[in-house]
Amino acid sequence: MNVTNYGQLLGLAWPEIIVTVTALLVVAADLTFFRKSRIRIRFAAAAAIGSIGCAVAILKLLLASTQATVLDGVLVANPLTHLVQIALLTLTIVTLLLSVDSTFTEHVSEFVLLLLLATVGMMFLVGSQDLLVIFISLELLSLSLYILAGFDKRSPRSSEAALKYFLFGGMSAAFMLFGFSLLYGFSNSTSLTHIASAIHGQPLSPLLIIAIVMTVIGFGFKVAAAPFHFWAPDVYQGAPLPSAAFIASGSKVASFFIFFQVLVLGFAGAEGSATLFHFQSGWVPVLVVVAVVSMLLGNLVAIVQSSLRRLLAYSAVAHAGYMLLAYVTHTQQSLAALLYYVATYSLATLGVLGVLAVTEKQLGNDKISDLAGLSRRAPFISFCLAIFLLSLAGIPPLSGFFAKFLLFTAVLAASPGSKLLLWLVIVAIAMSAVSLFYYLRVLKSVYVADPAAEISEIRSPILVQVVVGLLAGGVVLLGCAPDLLLAQILKVIHASGL
Amino acid sequence: MLAWTIYISFLGALALFFLPSRRAAWARIVALLTTLVTFAITLTAFIQHRTGEMLTVVNVPWIPSLGISFNLKADGISLTLLLLTGIIGVCGVLFSWNIEQRIKEFFGFYLVLIGAVYGVFLSYDLFLLFVFYEIVVIPKYFLIAIWGSTRREYAAMKLVLYSFIGSAMVLVGLLAAYVLAGSKSMALGYLAGYAYPLHFQMWAFPLVFVGFGILAGLWPFHTWAPTGHVAAPTAASMLLAGVVMKLGAYGCLRVAMTLFPLGMSPWGFHVVGLGSWRDVFAVLAVIGILYGALVALVQKDFKFVIGYSSISHMGFILLGLMTLNQIGISGAVVQMVSHGILAGLLFAVVGRMVYSRTHTRDLPALGPMHLNKVIPFAAVTFVIAGMASMGLPGFSGFVAELMIVVGVWRSYPSLIVFVGIGLVAGVAYIWRAMQQAFFAGADTESTEPLPPLPPISFPERIGAAILICASVVVGTFPQLFLNVIHPALESPLFQGLRKGGW
Repeated sequence: MNVTNYGQLLGLAWPEIIVTVTALLVVAADLTFFRKSRIRIRFAAAAAIGSIGCAVAILKLLLASTQATVLDGVLVANPLTHLVQIALLTLTIVTLLLSVDSTFTEHVSEFVLLLLLATVGMMFLVGSQDLLVIFISLELLSLSLYILAGFDKRSPRSSEAALKYFLFGGMSAAFMLFGFSLLYGFSNSTSLTHIASAIHGQPLSPLLIIAIVMTVIGFGFKVAAAPFHFWAPDVYQGAPLPSAAFIASGSKVASFFIFFQVLVLGFAGAEGSATLFHFQSGWVPVLVVVAVVSMLLGNLVAIVQSSLRRLLAYSAVAHAGYMLLAYVTHTQQSLAALLYYVATYSLATLGVLGVLAVTEKQLGNDKISDLAGLSRRAPFISFCLAIFLLSLAGIPPLSGFFAKFLLFTAVLAASPGSKLLLWLVIVAIAMSAVSLFYYLRVLKSVYVADPAAEISEIRSPILVQVVVGLLAGGVVLLGCAPDLLLAQILKVIHASGL
Repeated sequence: MLAWTIYISFLGALALFFLPSRRAAWARIVALLTTLVTFAITLTAFIQHRTGEMLTVVNVPWIPSLGISFNLKADGISLTLLLLTGIIGVCGVLFSWNIEQRIKEFFGFYLVLIGAVYGVFLSYDLFLLFVFYEIVVIPKYFLIAIWGSTRREYAAMKLVLYSFIGSAMVLVGLLAAYVLAGSKSMALGYLAGYAYPLHFQMWAFPLVFVGFGILAGLWPFHTWAPTGHVAAPTAASMLLAGVVMKLGAYGCLRVAMTLFPLGMSPWGFHVVGLGSWRDVFAVLAVIGILYGALVALVQKDFKFVIGYSSISHMGFILLGLMTLNQIGISGAVVQMVSHGILAGLLFAVVGRMVYSRTHTRDLPALGPMHLNKVIPFAAVTFVIAGMASMGLPGFSGFVAELMIVVGVWRSYPSLIVFVGIGLVAGVAYIWRAMQQAFFAGADTESTEPLPPLPPISFPERIGAAILICASVVVGTFPQLFLNVIHPALESPLFQGLRKGGW
């Protein structure tokens, strides 16, 4: 083993360091200069500093074009991780901007600090191929998210959400750690590549199967796949809006990406096969089951929801099911499809929550029926909401449709003629037909139903309007010109050779 | 130039979005101008391209990494249907001149719908076709749910779910075909030229055919159509029956049948006398013809009569496609035009001229109103449209149904009896509806004055005149259309089908 080069380690971690320093700066600034100011000003200042920090980190990532691996994958930097990290930072900026008009807390700097620390956790998470670092960064992310979910101390819902999130999260972290420890015992290493070479070429031992299942449970919790999704509805509903937005977007992107990497790099050779006549145990059959259950359960339960946030949570379960199909085939093309899907999905989800940020403040809750007549009270916001929901439903020419198209083609192309994959795609497409029903139900309330008698225009803060408008523009643009993002993704995947 | 039909329609919708609310009434003018311009474009294109061969309109790469391009092409069949869309588009605006509620949004959705329909008829790249095909779904929902009548929200949701399930089936088939052909290109010509294995075509063909067939009112998946037509506002029913259902039939012919011609070959065994998917769909089409006609015969709601008559007429189209001979298929295309015009006209009479004045569509209630004296123009229009619809010579319905019947005679002689019954029932339900709605008033010289109804407005008269003229032109000079349809059917695109036996 060569001598550890701490200088190189530090060099690779520059973006993370920038974000951490920014987090500290936010606290310092808030506690010194803005202590006496109004909450809105404090939020604006904290969000501004945080966003600038993230933007600097993005710049740093854009300029850094190195491809490096330190200590057998403890820290990895390649174009692919850079792209994902840039996406994560962008989502953090959007979340920060959405939080500017919040009033749920007086502890502004702590809120932003936690948000940025969670971001650091995510960045380390995607930039590592070592079980230990993966677990630690996952904990950094999760612990921050638990607190963020419970940040609205005045609302019992928020505390309930945080507690539930924490209990489920702690449990699943225990499962994952158990799985990791088995893997370590098996291969004598925490590096994913070493684990893969230890597994490779051997028949699957029961120990390994347990390790696989445990790992899937741990990550399944993070990505809210059924049946590990029970925290999602309550957290989406109870958490303060910016926290919910962050949990629904950034944390999803990071978890999906690292989940893919762990499976493909760490469990290479233990894929197994789920086709009926060539059944072979491995992680593919497990994921097939999880994906199908998520698609069915998420879509069917979403139909009966009356709260938009809960509906979004179940639709998140459903989308997790679609995205897990990419794991079943685990080709380069499906990784590209997965990244495209999760990026556009996050944009649309953030958008819906951004719209909710406006309406909840004025209507007091997120009941779908209370959105009645919104199109006449806030035409622009409603139009954006329609774009986001239709994109989630997969209506062209919005990006959600193209993401689905790309994903399903990638899945089918992995082995043309495979009956199993065809059936999976059929289930997915049929379920997205179901999903149109509940998304349309929301839009029906917005566009068709008449508003209550005491009609008043809904005033929305200009910043939120701009952010929501940009998100809607992004959803439309990525749908009409998918090559903008897709070409990038394909390029970095080839460059990184995953 | 044809591509501008799409752009102009969408631009028109965009312009309406930015129209200030004070000037909402201008929305009608904007919509009329937009549809008129697009109509003019389709008409010029139709007159210019008399050869009917495939004509490239636009072809630029769109998503190069997947081999998808923005590829618009038109041949005789699409030109014919584009012209139909142009006509119906203009008339739909004329017959919605009385819309007052949320007028900007109404015409906005209307123009998006029209633009997407143009897009489907023009698309040569199947990805693009599917994109436009899906865009059609959403405006339909809002047009019906917001401006509709009887059980509008139920009907709108039902219609959307049926369409979406149909397009989901289509998507599965297209994805499988695209991947199997090597994920290189989504162009129709490329995929149609690829030799798919027989067993693949055997399941892909029915899947895609039914997927499109749902929108074309294929029995037993037609149930969205009557409720949807009845609930929709007049312009939306005209578009739905006039062009949107044609999208389904067009997809059946253009995508399902060209991509998977072997899917129609015999199975090699017989189940209840049916030996191939072609037989199955022919029989379903005949059932649709009979079922639609017989149900129309007993309806009390005037609009339901027309709604079910659409099922019956769409059955003729699907049957014509399944004959797999040139006369049958060209008959089906002519019937698409004919039914588009006539269904538009019939819905305009029922929905706009009668219902928006009398506020009832109940046939027994309409009878005593002496509508033939109060609004004679409506009565005359309905009589003409009804005659055309039942297939009187000189009108479009006659030519189309004659060609289809000849085609059926060649391919399925045993079905001809049922088709005949369907034709007779077609006369009967129109006759009954006409008599009950317009001429059932008591014969006595009534002492009480007739209930005053607003007179038929100028836009309505113009719209009716355009549609009647169009029907007569198709009926008297069918050659005009056949001259472009035949070369299109002779093109390499339909080679696989021709080899299949016509």
